[in-house]
Amino acid sequence: MSSEAAPLLSRAANAVYWMARYIERAENVARFIDVNLHLQLDLPLEPAHQWQPLIDTSGDAAVFRERYGNADKRSVIRFLVLDGDNLNSVISCLRAARENARSIREIISSEMWEQVNSLYLRIQSQMSLAESERLAELLRGIRLGCHMFEGITDATMSYNEAWHFLRLGRQLERADKTSRILDVKYFMLLPSANAIGTPYDDIHWSAVLKSVSGFEMYRKKYGRIIPRNIVEFLILDREFPRTIRHCLREADESLHAITGTPLGSCECPAECSLGALRAELDYISVSKIVKDGLHEYLDALQARMNAIDDNLTRDFFAGESVSEAPPEEEVSPSRAYR
Amino acid sequence: MQLNSYQTDGFYDEVFDAECKARPEARLLLETIESLADGELLRCQRAAETLLLQMGITFNVYGDSAGTERIWPFDLIPRIVRAEEWDWIERGLKQRIHALNEFIDDIYHDQKILKDKIIPEEIIQSAAFFRDQCRDINPPGRVWCHISGTDLVRHSDGQIYVLEDNLRVPSGVSYVLENRDMMKRTFPHVFAGLHVRPVDDYPSRLLETLEAIAPPRAGAKPTVVLLTPGIYNSAYYEHSFLAQRMGIQMVEGRDLVVHEGWVSMRTTKGLRRVDVIYRRIDDDFLDPKTFRPDSQLGVPGLMDVYRAGHVSLANAPGNGVADDKVIYYYVPDIIRYYEGADPILPNVPTFVCWRDADRQHVLQNLDKLVVKAANEAGGYGMLVGPHSTTAQREEFAARINAKPRNYIAQPTLALSRVPTLVEDHLEGRHVDLRPYILYGKEIYVLPGGLTRVALRKGSLVVNSSQGGGSKDTWVLAPAQEGATHEQ
Repeated sequence: MSSEAAPLLSRAANAVYWMARYIERAENVARFIDVNLHLQLDLPLEPAHQWQPLIDTSGDAAVFRERYGNADKRSVIRFLVLDGDNLNSVISCLRAARENARSIREIISSEMWEQVNSLYLRIQSQMSLAESERLAELLRGIRLGCHMFEGITDATMSYNEAWHFLRLGRQLERADKTSRILDVKYFMLLPSANAIGTPYDDIHWSAVLKSVSGFEMYRKKYGRIIPRNIVEFLILDREFPRTIRHCLREADESLHAITGTPLGSCECPAECSLGALRAELDYISVSKIVKDGLHEYLDALQARMNAIDDNLTRDFFAGESVSEAPPEEEVSPSRAYR
Repeated sequence: MQLNSYQTDGFYDEVFDAECKARPEARLLLETIESLADGELLRCQRAAETLLLQMGITFNVYGDSAGTERIWPFDLIPRIVRAEEWDWIERGLKQRIHALNEFIDDIYHDQKILKDKIIPEEIIQSAAFFRDQCRDINPPGRVWCHISGTDLVRHSDGQIYVLEDNLRVPSGVSYVLENRDMMKRTFPHVFAGLHVRPVDDYPSRLLETLEAIAPPRAGAKPTVVLLTPGIYNSAYYEHSFLAQRMGIQMVEGRDLVVHEGWVSMRTTKGLRRVDVIYRRIDDDFLDPKTFRPDSQLGVPGLMDVYRAGHVSLANAPGNGVADDKVIYYYVPDIIRYYEGADPILPNVPTFVCWRDADRQHVLQNLDKLVVKAANEAGGYGMLVGPHSTTAQREEFAARINAKPRNYIAQPTLALSRVPTLVEDHLEGRHVDLRPYILYGKEIYVLPGGLTRVALRKGSLVVNSSQGGGSKDTWVLAPAQEGATHEQ
C-alpha cells in the first residue's frame, strides 16, 4: 500500500477537470470560427445567416443578443474571441485554464504549466489580430497551442488519477461540442434536407465535418457527403476521436480507472449515468436516431451529459462533509476557477 | 566586454578589491565576462527575463485589480563566496540557530533564561510574536525552527553581520534554485573552470527534515503537505514550486478538516490523514479557534491536534518570539547562555530604545541611525536617518517616546556591492545575503542563498516590493579555491 499514491484532493480534481475542459473549449471555439471564415468565402450571397449559428453553438445566444444585438462577423468575433466578460470566449477560457493550472502546479508537469502560461500570455498580447486580416493566423495559433498542450500532457504526465480527471474533462467537453455543432447545423439545413446534392449543401455539410476536424476521416470511410452518414459518423463512429461515442467511451474508461470499479458496472451516480449513456450509444442505430428526431435526441443527450457533470461534482469534487466540523460555506465547484 | 571603467566608489565590493583588482575567487568569472562580445551579456539577460515570464516565476503586485504579475528582476552577475568564508558562515549559522531553538524551547517551558536574569521578563511578555497558547507544547525532537532564512550583510569594514533572524515563514528559497537554473540555461559559459557547490538537493533535504518530525504513529511514510494561503498570495509561486519538487500535495485551509482528533484532507476518495504540515501561513491565521477568530485561511481545531501530538507543524507556532528585534539584541547573550561559547557571527550594534541611555542616544542621532520597528519586516516601519527629512525624524521621535519598547536603532550600514548589469555596462549595486537553514534531526545549511540586490543606484533597500532584484549565489567548493584554467 505504501507505494500507492495518496488520492487527489477534491479541489485539485475539480481544477484539473476544468483546466482540461477550458483548453478543449478554447480550441473548439477557435476551430468553429476558422471554419466559418472559410465557409463565408464560398457563400458570398448569404452572409447574414452565417454567423448566428456560431452563437447558437456556444449556448450563449441570449447573453449575446442582449449585449450585441445582431450577429455579424465583427460582433461574433468580439463576443467569442475577445470578450473577457463572456466566460466562454477564447480569451476567458485560456485565462480560466491557466488559473486552474496555476492552482495545481504541483500536480501537472512543469512543461504543461509553461505551455498553458505562455499560450495565454502570447494570445493575450496578440488580441488585436482578431479584428484584422490576420484573424485566421490568430485562430490557428490558438488551435495549435491547445493541441500542443494536449500532446505535452500525454507525453509528460503520469497516467495517474489526476490525468484521468483531466481526460474525463477533455472528453466530456469534446462530446458536448460535437453534439452542439451537429445540432445547430442540422437544424439550419433542415429545410433543404430533401434537396441533397446541390453544391451549397455539400459545402455546408463539409463545413460541419471540418468544424470537428472530421472531413478527411469521413471521406475515407463513407466517400460521398450524405447527411445521414454524417450523423452516424459524428455520433456513433468508434474510431474517430471526436465522435460522441468515442469521447464517452474514453471518459467512461477514465472514470473507472479513478474508482477502480470494473467497466460495465457502477457504484456511484456518476458511473451509473455515464455507463448507461455509453451503453446506449453502443447499441442504438442511426435510423432510430433520425426517426425519433435528431434535434430531440441531441437535446436529450446534452441534458444527460450535464447530469453526468453534476454527478461528478457531487461524487468527487465536493469533498466529504464532516458533521462535527461543517465548513463555513458549502463546498462547491464554484470554488474552482470556473 | 570592457571592465576598465568599473568603480568601487569606496564601498566594499564582493568582486573587486579596494584597488579595483579582481579578487582571486572572481578572476575566472571576470575573464569570461571580458571575453564576451559587446551586447552578449544583455542578450543573455533578456533571454532570462523571457524565460522567467514563460515559466510563470512571478509575484503578484497587491492592490492592482488587473492582477499585474511581475517577474522579480534577475541579474546575471553572480555573487561569489569563498570556501573558507562560507565555512565560517555555516558554523556561525548552526551555532546561532541551535541557540535560538534552545531559547524558544526554554521560553515555552521553564524560562530559565528569565530566572537567571539574562533577559528581562517583560521583554518576553511584550513581544508581539510571543504566543501564550504555545506554553508547554513539545514539538517532536523539541525543534521549533525547522526552516530559517537568516539575513546577512557585509559592511564597509569587510565584516559580515547578522541583520535579522527570519524564523517564522521565511521565503525566497525557490529563487535560489531557479536563479541557478536560469544561469545554467542562459549563461553557461561562466561556470567553466569553477566548482560551484550545487543547491538542487534542497527540496530533498527539506522533505527529509519534514519527514523527520512526523508523529511516531505516522509510520515509515508519513503524509506531508504544504499549506498555502492560495493563488493570490505573493509567494504562491514558491509554494507550488516546493510542493512540486518535493512531490507532496499542496493544500489550502479549506482542503483540511479536523475530525475525531486528527487532521485530514478532503480527497476524491474521502478523508485522508495528514501527518506533517509545512505551513506557509502565519501563526495568527493557522487556527481561528486558537488565534485570530476571523481567519479564513486556517483550519479550526488544528492547534488542539498539534498539542496532542497527532500532527506536526513546521515551523512550530510561537517561534516568532525570537524574531523580535529587541530579542535580537540579546542573541549574543542567548548564544553564550545556551552554547557556553562566544557567538561566531556578530550582530549589528543595536540600540534598544526601551533602555533610557540607548533612547537618549538614538533621539540625539536620528539623522545618522536606522530606526526599525521591533516587529515589522519587509522594510516597513523604518527610518533611514541619513535619507530622512526633519518631519520624518520628528514623527519617529514621537513614536519612540510613545512606545520605546517597539523601536530599536542601528548604525546605517554601507552594504557591500556586486557588479550588476545596467543597460550595457556593469555598475556596483548593494546586496545582502539570505542563507537557508534546515533543522530536523540535525542542522543543515544550504551552500548558497538568496542574494538580493538594490537595483536603483545608491539604494540600500533590497526588498522585492521596493526595486530589488536577485542574483545567483556561488559558494565555491574548498578544493577548487583560486582555480586556474582547467578542464
